[in-house]
Amino acid sequence: MFKNKSILRNKKQILDPYWFILPAMLLLSILMLIPIIQVFRYSLMDNVITNKSPEFVGLSNYKEIIQDEVFKSAIGHTLFFTIFSVVFHLILGMSFALLLNSKYLGSGTRAVLRVIFIFPWLFTPAIIAIVWRLILDPLGIMNFMLQQAGLIDGIVEWLSDESTALGTLTFINVWNGYPFYMVSLLAGLQSVPQQQYEAAVIDGANSRKQFYYITIPHLKPIILSLSILDFIWTMQVFPLVWMTTGGGPGHATEVMATYTYKLTFLQFEFSKASASAMIILLISMVISIFYVRSQKSR
Amino acid sequence: MTIKSLKYKRMGSKALVYFLLLFGVIFAAFPVLWLVSISARANGEVFASPPSFLPKVLDLGAYKKIFQDPDKLRFFVNSYVIAIVVTFVTLFISMLTAYGFSRYEFRGKKIINMIIIGTQTVPPIALMIPYFGLMVTFKLYDTYGALILTYLALTLPYGVLMMTGFFNTIPKSLDEAVLIDGGSRLLTLFRVIVPISLPGIVSTGLYTFLLSWNEFLFALTLTKSNEMATVPIGIQLLMGQHSYEWNEMMAMSFLGSLPIMLLFLFFQKYFLAGMAAGSLKD
Repeated sequence: MFKNKSILRNKKQILDPYWFILPAMLLLSILMLIPIIQVFRYSLMDNVITNKSPEFVGLSNYKEIIQDEVFKSAIGHTLFFTIFSVVFHLILGMSFALLLNSKYLGSGTRAVLRVIFIFPWLFTPAIIAIVWRLILDPLGIMNFMLQQAGLIDGIVEWLSDESTALGTLTFINVWNGYPFYMVSLLAGLQSVPQQQYEAAVIDGANSRKQFYYITIPHLKPIILSLSILDFIWTMQVFPLVWMTTGGGPGHATEVMATYTYKLTFLQFEFSKASASAMIILLISMVISIFYVRSQKSR
Repeated sequence: MTIKSLKYKRMGSKALVYFLLLFGVIFAAFPVLWLVSISARANGEVFASPPSFLPKVLDLGAYKKIFQDPDKLRFFVNSYVIAIVVTFVTLFISMLTAYGFSRYEFRGKKIINMIIIGTQTVPPIALMIPYFGLMVTFKLYDTYGALILTYLALTLPYGVLMMTGFFNTIPKSLDEAVLIDGGSRLLTLFRVIVPISLPGIVSTGLYTFLLSWNEFLFALTLTKSNEMATVPIGIQLLMGQHSYEWNEMMAMSFLGSLPIMLLFLFFQKYFLAGMAAGSLKD
């Protein structure tokens, strides 16, 4: 009888971990799994929500989206925005981290500077958008300063000129996002074993060689996972674009997210929007497989 | 190389580092200082030519206007209520889940863990359309409930991964001692593990609060009335209503950034830990 009881107890215990993870699993199923299935189903219908009796139309929404010139250009803009953001985030994040790690700084100065350098990351995208709109206003301070410095003549309409709008948005995003890299890279720099540098100095390696042969290899896993995550997130950009240019002028800064948003809430083409959203989701998923792999190998 | 030339070289590189740091400070801080400076002047002085860096006449009228307008204060109340509820619910559920992950071996653990890592990358825009349908169907559209629920989808994956990381660093022998004395699992979690991992909980909580405070897309699509608008949406409304009250918009932006700034300054160490953990599982 005693034995039986312990078997019973064991059986009950097998279920224990599942009770602990149940609330999270339930919520994530309702808020992630079901919506993703739903959006996929929507994307195969002629139209939903406003349409009382939706019909199955297969992949025709996808076909239409892919052939849409605006969507094609939105993919191009998204790629431009994302690639340049990631590259400059990395360059600036690394530069700031190296500067903060400089031996010329006392620990107090370093702490203060670190706080200042993190500032841009602490702001809400909506607020970043509006502050930069003010700074970059044709009559704003940026044009004034550049004119005084003799770098531009006349007034540049940074956000409403087709030739500058996308580059300007990318610049704002670079300003906003580099601290994320800086913080992680600084922590990485401080964990490089000092003996390796000492050994390199004895071997006569200059500081550039030390950087390429010791620092970079040591930081490689951090750089890799930061860049992949940043790529996925930046690709999904919405508030910054929506609140500065709204995708305009014309479609000059249309990105995949603003394109999808407009299809949904301005044109009420819920099924086409779902197809567009599915394309963004699929691209994110493919890249995130690389991310999960890079996480597993750490 | 003589000692003297080495000394010059060192001075030169020191000067270069200081120059670059100064440039960095201007790059990082100028927009922030400009925001504060504009918020403290009369609207007529915003585009004064030539612009002056400091307000010629200090004018806090923009702040006064916001504090005297219950509709605008409501944006802040909404943001605070939602962010605080989301933070506590996320922490509670994440702690339970993290306990399961760090203290048990069970079937499906690896796959579930990978799915959770993967959900961090699901684009909100893909969830937006089904969420809209869901909230309308369940009559949650334009309520706190809609935002609290959907924000949990964004914060839970981080919460679970971060808390699991922190719990894994606590030796199992600690809670086993309590279990042998006849304590329940929940008791060990809340009496033993939670107090020890308080720094980790603070980090996770700060990051969750930040995510919720900053959210824009769901707030834009799942609410419509001004009474439900959060701070980011409130700023957008302000921009639409009278697009040239720049001093007021900047005052609103300053007040909207204040909680995050203060949390950052007071809890810097925890904030940085959360920031690093947000990108890196360890």
